[in-house]
Amino acid sequence: MTEVATASIDQKLTGGPVIDCDLHNTVPKIDALFPYLSAYWREYCTQSAFRGPVDTAYPKGHKTTARPNSGTPPGSSLELMQQQVLDPWNVEVGILNCTYAIESVHNPDTAANLAQAVNDWQVAEWLDKDSRLRASIVVPVQQPEMAAKEIERAARDKRFVQVFMPVRSSILYGNRHFHPIYEAAAKHDLGIVLHFGGAPGNPPTPSGWPSLYVEEYVGMGQVCESQIMNIIAEGVFDRFPTLRMTIAECGWAWVPAWMWRMDKEWKGLRREIPWVREAPSEYMKKYMRWTLQPIDPPDILQFLRIVEEMGSEELLLFSTDWPHGQWDAPEEAMPPDLPDGLRRKVAYENAKAFYHRL
Amino acid sequence: MAKYVVATVDEIPPGGKKIVEVAGRSIGLFNLDGEYFALRNRCPHQGGPLCEGRIAGFVIGDTPGEYRYSRPGEILRCPWHGWEFDIRTGQSWFDPKGVRVRAYEVAVASGSSLPPDAQPALNTADMRADEDDMAGLEKGPYVAETYEVTVEKQYVLVNVPS
Amino acid sequence: MVQTLEQAASRRKTRFAVIDCDIHTAPKNDKVLGKYMSERWRKHHEQFGGRGHAGAYYPRANMNAARTDSWPPSGGPPGSDLDFLREQLLDGWQMDYGVMTPLVGSGGQINLEYGAAHATATNEWQMAEWIEPEPRLRGSICVAYEDGELSAQEIHRASKYKQLVQVLLSARTTEPLGRRKYYPMYEAAVEHDLPVAFHFGGSGGSPITAAGFPSFYYEDHAGMPPAFEAQVTSFIFEGVFDRFPTLKIVLIEGAFAWLPALGWRMDRAYAKLKDEVPTLQRRPSEYLRDHFWVTTQPMDEPHNPDHFKRIVDNIGADRLMFATDYPHWDFDAPDQALPVRLPEEQERAIMAETARSFYKLA
Repeated sequence: MTEVATASIDQKLTGGPVIDCDLHNTVPKIDALFPYLSAYWREYCTQSAFRGPVDTAYPKGHKTTARPNSGTPPGSSLELMQQQVLDPWNVEVGILNCTYAIESVHNPDTAANLAQAVNDWQVAEWLDKDSRLRASIVVPVQQPEMAAKEIERAARDKRFVQVFMPVRSSILYGNRHFHPIYEAAAKHDLGIVLHFGGAPGNPPTPSGWPSLYVEEYVGMGQVCESQIMNIIAEGVFDRFPTLRMTIAECGWAWVPAWMWRMDKEWKGLRREIPWVREAPSEYMKKYMRWTLQPIDPPDILQFLRIVEEMGSEELLLFSTDWPHGQWDAPEEAMPPDLPDGLRRKVAYENAKAFYHRL
Repeated sequence: MAKYVVATVDEIPPGGKKIVEVAGRSIGLFNLDGEYFALRNRCPHQGGPLCEGRIAGFVIGDTPGEYRYSRPGEILRCPWHGWEFDIRTGQSWFDPKGVRVRAYEVAVASGSSLPPDAQPALNTADMRADEDDMAGLEKGPYVAETYEVTVEKQYVLVNVPS
Repeated sequence: MVQTLEQAASRRKTRFAVIDCDIHTAPKNDKVLGKYMSERWRKHHEQFGGRGHAGAYYPRANMNAARTDSWPPSGGPPGSDLDFLREQLLDGWQMDYGVMTPLVGSGGQINLEYGAAHATATNEWQMAEWIEPEPRLRGSICVAYEDGELSAQEIHRASKYKQLVQVLLSARTTEPLGRRKYYPMYEAAVEHDLPVAFHFGGSGGSPITAAGFPSFYYEDHAGMPPAFEAQVTSFIFEGVFDRFPTLKIVLIEGAFAWLPALGWRMDRAYAKLKDEVPTLQRRPSEYLRDHFWVTTQPMDEPHNPDHFKRIVDNIGADRLMFATDYPHWDFDAPDQALPVRLPEEQERAIMAETARSFYKLA
């Protein structure tokens, strides 16, 4: 079967090599993890017919999940990733986010062993096969101590650059409950990526379960808002000042209004969270970044206005979000009329500066 | 500038306050450990009656779960949006950017003859704020207007531009 | 020269007329609403009282979440004394009208029949103790919004009171408000040409954020927009406005600077995910523009005042309605609340004229 490679992207769009901060490597099926699981766990998966975690973040048949010809399942083929993204976009570094919903697995040991296997699989099938790639450590977020152990283990491989935490969770990520994860990550200069998705079991809105996928898709920005507020209010960056967080695949046009909201109320309610020593928006600018896709502003004017309102040109990180179909023409992925300085920052420099391990 | 009598000393014991109308302005008088301070009764944020707000201590921390409490009774919280002002200086500590407010020089004078039984309300020796606690926070441009206060015999006077 | 001076009260003025679209009047005590209930429910009210989804309480910045200067001298909680309300608010700011949004929790009751009785009592109380004596006041029809039949019943009953100008819900409900179970309520509302408003707060049984319960009141207080955003998204994508083309929604006390970005995000998502909602007739931002009004408190405060103007231009001054949220501590003062001087037409609209036209006030 021949697959279609993508023509080279006009370098005028990106101004040179890029760092792609949101690529997806998909575990093709549970068997792919078997070489990295012990005999007990192989048998457990086989006999229970456990085929992998179930989550609703990506409806299988829709192009927002899978571009045409991006593999079976989409994202499972390195070759296609090379042909469709890494080569044509001149990717110098591509960061993999494996959205394997470990958090939905309630048995802590199953969760921990699966996470370990996924990370070993990432090394063998991706990192070892293309030197441009970096990856995110998959962990059982719902078991922070076990997650910390896996971070310690995986961190030895310098090609892991961050820890993967899905945006949806059952406990807000600022909670001290998660400190073991942040401690381990900070110790090894690993970033954190809060990524679209998650299957924690509780509803994705404060008012229960929406009927439609499109609501969950749109609503992921709001989940980010709640997470960001909690992370800052709970003093995560005060306790771990070297920690860095990337918000991936949730949009960013909502950021300025959220900055204003957080700042306004903090001024009067500061006493409740006295370790938050400066305006929450300052924390956002210092410690957080947002991947580029999906681009919500409808045109270049609004795009630039939002960047202006965010108060910094250093906050956006280029991403293709392959194989998710967030854009069609390359000009939709990277606006052609960005000012030159901003273009290079978004395409390359911001990520280079932000990730300790790049 | 003119001096206006606003209270007798026993009206504003340590820890007490009084709000008066002077030269077209509403002003709050405060007594901290026998020293008098005056602030404009108008929050620079949205004009709320600042001096009607509650008085609290100062709290700061470095890390989650840490509440370092000091200077009880010296921080005024606007009754509307809760912004904190240092009674001694009128300084708001927590908004480094924003609206420009007129600042007044603060000069505080102790009374020349305080009633002999005036005592500080609390033993504040253990509760002095660390220099470090107050440093490192940005002073905002928000300063509540302050006025010079002197005590002549039994009266409290405030010095206000006419 | 030393002068001794008298105390004098001060008044503040606004440039234009003021209509306040979010006033929280409150009963003086627990017994008040019981007077407007049947014997059966009054007894229940006294013995059992309210039962909502407990576990979501955060101690407020101030008692009753109120301005410390809003406790009436006659006694009773903030918002419970009409004379003091007139002094501090209606007369104090020379308001043309004020719309009451009582937060007494009728709709959050898990015992739905009790909630319905509670709602009826609240509506009667508004009429008898506030609207009758004070012609500048309007009110809101409280309902047991989690039950379509009960809420429709109350809407039909209370529609005779023309001064109850909208149906009032809370922002956090058991299901997103675009879901079918709420349609009987919308049907009744549009039959009487009543807008449906939802207000900051409430608890429908889910944690108050999508990722669990926050630790701090700061988050409970500042973190409301996600709840509003999810509701707006639900109304629009579920096609509620195709089914009820005359339905109007008011967003109360949820801030508003988030609206433009949500409009873009919904449009973009719709372009990609149209297949899921093939019967939706228009783009999301068109529904947003045509069916939603929003009150201004808590006023958003962009760091740069020009950015505030962008937001107002995007949403439209003809969709923004001023509110103080009296007597709450985060009260917006009518003469100071707008962070920047807007063109006169916009300021007039926001401060009164949008509300005057929307709620059909003189």
